[in-house]
Amino acid sequence: MPLWMHIMPELTLVQAINQALDQEMERDERVVILGEDVGHNGGVFRVTEGLHAKHGGDRVVDTPLDESGIMGTAIGLAIAGMRPVPEIQFEGFLGPAYDQLVNHGGRMRTRTRGAVTVPLTVRVPVGGGIHAPECHSDSPEAIYTHSPGIKVVMPSTPYDAKGLLLASIRDPDPVLFFEPKRVYRSFKEEVPEDDYTVEIGTAKVVSEGDDITVVTWGAPVFQCLNAMDELPEDVSVELIDLRTCWPIDVDTIAESVEKTGRCVIVHEAPLTAGLGAEISSLIQERCFLHLQAPVQRVAGFDTIMPYYKLEMDYLPEAPRIQKGIEECLAY
Amino acid sequence: MPIRTVYEAKIEHMQILDEDGNLDKKLAKGTLTDNQVIHLYEQMRICRELDEVAFKLQRSGRMGTYPQNKGQEANAVGSALAMKKGTDWIVPAYRENAALFMHGLPMHYVLVYWMGDERGSKMPDGVNITPLSVPIGTHMLHATGIAWAHKIRKDKDAAVITYFGDGATSEGDFHGAMNFAATQQVPLVFYCQNNQWAISVPRERQMKSETVAQKALAYGIPTMQVDGNDIFAVYKATKEARARAVKGGGPTFIEGVTYRLGDHTTADDARRYRDPKEVEAWVAKDPLIRTRLYLESVGKWDDKKQKTLEEQAKKITAEVVRTAEEIEAPHASDMFDSMYAELPPQLIKQRETMRTSSIGQNPEQAGLKASPERV
Repeated sequence: MPLWMHIMPELTLVQAINQALDQEMERDERVVILGEDVGHNGGVFRVTEGLHAKHGGDRVVDTPLDESGIMGTAIGLAIAGMRPVPEIQFEGFLGPAYDQLVNHGGRMRTRTRGAVTVPLTVRVPVGGGIHAPECHSDSPEAIYTHSPGIKVVMPSTPYDAKGLLLASIRDPDPVLFFEPKRVYRSFKEEVPEDDYTVEIGTAKVVSEGDDITVVTWGAPVFQCLNAMDELPEDVSVELIDLRTCWPIDVDTIAESVEKTGRCVIVHEAPLTAGLGAEISSLIQERCFLHLQAPVQRVAGFDTIMPYYKLEMDYLPEAPRIQKGIEECLAY
Repeated sequence: MPIRTVYEAKIEHMQILDEDGNLDKKLAKGTLTDNQVIHLYEQMRICRELDEVAFKLQRSGRMGTYPQNKGQEANAVGSALAMKKGTDWIVPAYRENAALFMHGLPMHYVLVYWMGDERGSKMPDGVNITPLSVPIGTHMLHATGIAWAHKIRKDKDAAVITYFGDGATSEGDFHGAMNFAATQQVPLVFYCQNNQWAISVPRERQMKSETVAQKALAYGIPTMQVDGNDIFAVYKATKEARARAVKGGGPTFIEGVTYRLGDHTTADDARRYRDPKEVEAWVAKDPLIRTRLYLESVGKWDDKKQKTLEEQAKKITAEVVRTAEEIEAPHASDMFDSMYAELPPQLIKQRETMRTSSIGQNPEQAGLKASPERV
């Protein structure tokens, strides 16, 4: 076999998710995609491009413009044994579907003590940084992490996105699958064409280090890497990509913080009661005697996510992250 | 260009058995046999008995809040008989108990549920019923999704019925469900039990449309109004709706005009907002009275049979109450065990800390040892 055949194609996040959807639809006829403009148009981000033509209008469905309707009917499809993968066009439109997802999707298994279940994967583009209109740039992952009965996943790379999406669709419970839209086309990496999964609930150590732990997820992974490039060479940072917000991989975080004694948590969502608060609390429970500095948070502000002229001031960009790391190290 | 009419519609109302027990023989042709009428009458009477007993259970502190079905039973039994048990799904609200029983739900489940125990919604295998839906109108989307699955899989001879009240038709999800069901042409029967009251708000203040049925016109869904206290009309309309559904003709809307003879729930007192004369007038339209009158008129019923049925209903209900009350209390850990197919470590830990009543730290850290028994 010539060497080039072993070289894996480099894919964007969009392409990796598209491939995962395509392959899972081939493998499992119960998988159906539904959402606004996901069919003929291939989705507003083109994530479902080509799937309608290949798998037909019965399995890749352009729905009416009704997020609660998309979520509620997807729950019904799941109850009846299908594997629906609805798309909510932007995270800002999750609001109308919140009731269906949280009060029904997340509750059904336990309120029937396992008799009725909802194997559902909701795909949602998330986060800021792409100069989008209002209500198109939020980061609501903490709201859903706080909602029992669902799982919340947010990959940051094409490899993880494919593996986590396949794991999500095969998961017997509802999964909210956030796709950081800022990464959709800005980063490419090798993605195997083979079938593989990344286990839900496992964080990834992106780079090993000894001096300080940085925990983040979604698009800020790349801002953290940029910040790390600006740090003095002798500073050794351990960067953790959480990948799953719930169930949270506290072991990977705790092991790292026990080693470094310092931690900065970075997220786009507002600071107060964000996931950083929970992680900070978990760290003080698990690593109290190892801590050499208070846990720091570099996050969005407790403001409305501003319209795009100010969005880069809101987002935790590399300079702010760098400052947070330096302050935590100097404590 | 002159102004022209681009759309016209009418809403039909069907009644086959009137409140005095008179049957429209022409319309009744091919609907219910006398034996079926007896069966449905028995189901309604037993359900009524359970309803009265459930009320007393709540009043005596043996059960929590309960919504009585009284007065609406014909909607449930007539439509349930028209659907196919074991194949079709029932997606209920909470005032159609008899339909659930006819489709295989053991009667004590409903009591177990209202006694505050999720196991009352743990449907036995092969019983295609979703749990009672307490939030209003949210379940119609689930019904649409289930029916949609039938369509995608090309399931033969399978349909879904969902029940809801007049108040539910104000909810956004009602309109979403109608629109999704219509655009996807799923095999579904929307059955509205228009019982005139949404807790304290009467239908005429809930909506300004003349009928509930006409709301379906906007979605292109065939629709009609029936006398919801008339088992013949309810059965006939539902039978036709199901036939349309399984032939690929899409959803149908049925408005059953009926009345909530009881309070909204045991926590409500309808005397605060309802004219007793209105209630009195509807008592005379009770589906049980007219069905019995009909059966007597065709020589299929008499006082002796009635006495036997009432004794039987009492006996069945007593047994159902006993079964429900004899079920052991749930384990506290049950609240954890069905949260996910596989319990995440956090929940396993919380289950442990609940058991040891520790403060949420590791039990060892709090100086406690995990007890081996379940709480």
